[in-house]
Amino acid sequence: MARLEVRKTYKLYIGGKFPRSESGRSYEVVSTGRSPKFLANAAQGSRKDIRDAVVAARGAVKGWSGATAYNRGQVLYRVGEILEGRREQFIAEVSASEGLTKPQATKIVDAAIDRWVWYAGWPDKLPQVLGNLNPVAGPYFDISAPEPTGVVGILAPQASSLLGLVSVIAPAIVSGNTVVVITSEDRPLPAISLGEVLATSDVPGGVVNIVTGRTAELAPWLASHADVNAIDLAGATELPWGELEAAAADTVKRVVRPAGDGADAVEPDWLEAPDLSRMTAFLETKTVWHPKGL
Amino acid sequence: MLGVASLTNKALRTWLHGLPGVDQVGIEARAAALATRSIKTTSKSWAIDTAIGMIDLTTLEGADTPGKVRSLCAKAQLPDPSDLGTPQVAAVCVYGDMVGIAKEALGSSGIHVAAVATAFPSGRASLAVKLADTKDAVKAGADEIDMVIDRGAFLSGDYRLVFDQIAAVKEVCARPGDAPDAHLKVILETGELATYDNVRRASWLAMLAGADFIKTSTGKVQPAATMPVTLLMLEAVRDWRELTGEMVGVKPAGGIRTSKDALRYLVMVSEIAGDDWLSPDWFRFGASSLLTDLLLQRQKLRTGAYSGADYVTID
Repeated sequence: MARLEVRKTYKLYIGGKFPRSESGRSYEVVSTGRSPKFLANAAQGSRKDIRDAVVAARGAVKGWSGATAYNRGQVLYRVGEILEGRREQFIAEVSASEGLTKPQATKIVDAAIDRWVWYAGWPDKLPQVLGNLNPVAGPYFDISAPEPTGVVGILAPQASSLLGLVSVIAPAIVSGNTVVVITSEDRPLPAISLGEVLATSDVPGGVVNIVTGRTAELAPWLASHADVNAIDLAGATELPWGELEAAAADTVKRVVRPAGDGADAVEPDWLEAPDLSRMTAFLETKTVWHPKGL
Repeated sequence: MLGVASLTNKALRTWLHGLPGVDQVGIEARAAALATRSIKTTSKSWAIDTAIGMIDLTTLEGADTPGKVRSLCAKAQLPDPSDLGTPQVAAVCVYGDMVGIAKEALGSSGIHVAAVATAFPSGRASLAVKLADTKDAVKAGADEIDMVIDRGAFLSGDYRLVFDQIAAVKEVCARPGDAPDAHLKVILETGELATYDNVRRASWLAMLAGADFIKTSTGKVQPAATMPVTLLMLEAVRDWRELTGEMVGVKPAGGIRTSKDALRYLVMVSEIAGDDWLSPDWFRFGASSLLTDLLLQRQKLRTGAYSGADYVTID
């Protein structure tokens, strides 16, 4: 007997829940390739969804940044485990979203899982690598250690729907930041599936919040939001990102610019091995002076 | 007004139980319907300023210190230092022993000092202690007294006792000579009254006994202020004015944290009691964190960008 098709509803991921957009809007997502095919309806997030996501992210900062680095590493590794378990699903989604053959998509998904696991090893090592015992001219221990910046807004890469996404989310949350992500506009489906992975893997609700929708509509609200402490403009290559940077400057946010310059901004090759820069971008340095005694 | 020769418990009981019963489903549906109104930008801007001006900025913690009360008073006078056009709040609400400090800190700003009294929040003390508590706050200069009713007596049907206690407290709120009397707010603690019928009876009982304001809750009991309960009380003060020509104020307190909630309450005040009540003299919010959210929304309207907790003062 023929089975009824069980279709998936792609919703937002905010505060550990999967709400529909407050606006009630949705938009059609189609596959990439010569003959685009309807894939699903995605929620078209609004500025109020961004606002709610920031509230959720702010609420999660204390618990996530307060967890021990060792614990954060374990939780992130657990995400890697569940990503691995959903490998086939992600291969199908990436293949459809990015117009790749199955072997190409497999390579991308494997790289994305490996990337996540690589970052999962970093939480307890960052303070060791970036922290320091500073030489000072006085009887003090002078210790510097990295601290998370707080709430990070992320414009996810437009082309690389999973590898690029993982490459911007993971480095931000490693150190204890929480994030609000605006996904790739045309390829949002793997991001929501990643949300499902996060929701089932001990990552506290609100640490990662994912909003799908029109990047040009949502980005200015995220960039100007005073309760966001930093913004990653990786997915703003097609937008006048200088204006977003200017809006972010009003509240002195840390800004990560897209690769390349001005109108020539491009997405980097996400397959290349990452360095520490996306982790260090969202850190503050805390320095403690402690009397040494005689 | 009760149509009886002498005020006995029986007379009060007959009268209060003669009030029409409350349709629970109906009142909850009405409150929910009033909460769905869409409020556009210019009205919202007016409503936010009005709501700020109606706040009784409250700190009622065992850990309150003079410093905490002073900083709360500073915030009451200048809620948003980044915008001097922000209105002041209506009053600062503190425990009795902090009245002097609040009074001094507020100086001639015109902001009232409200003191909770009568063995707040439980009200479990003898009348003598409750009166002493009240006298103490009145003497220290409190402009408003927030008293709690004896819920135990009310629930066991001893309406006369509740009536007498309110009347007695009202008496000690009076100041000799030309000095203005302290306004009496009567806290019904609706979260402990169990039924809407009881809320309606308690509202009328408090007004009969001379309350200037009826207030939902202490904030120490859940549920605190809810929309249906406040709606009932607004109906009561509206009907009271029709009957006697006097206006009585309403103060929902506890659990109102967001601007959206506050705006819904204002819609309800206008719809149920009427626009005459849309003034700090007749409607107040008992709240502490509400002010912060109102300021954030106010900044959002002013700058066009969402604001954050880093941009308002902590109290």
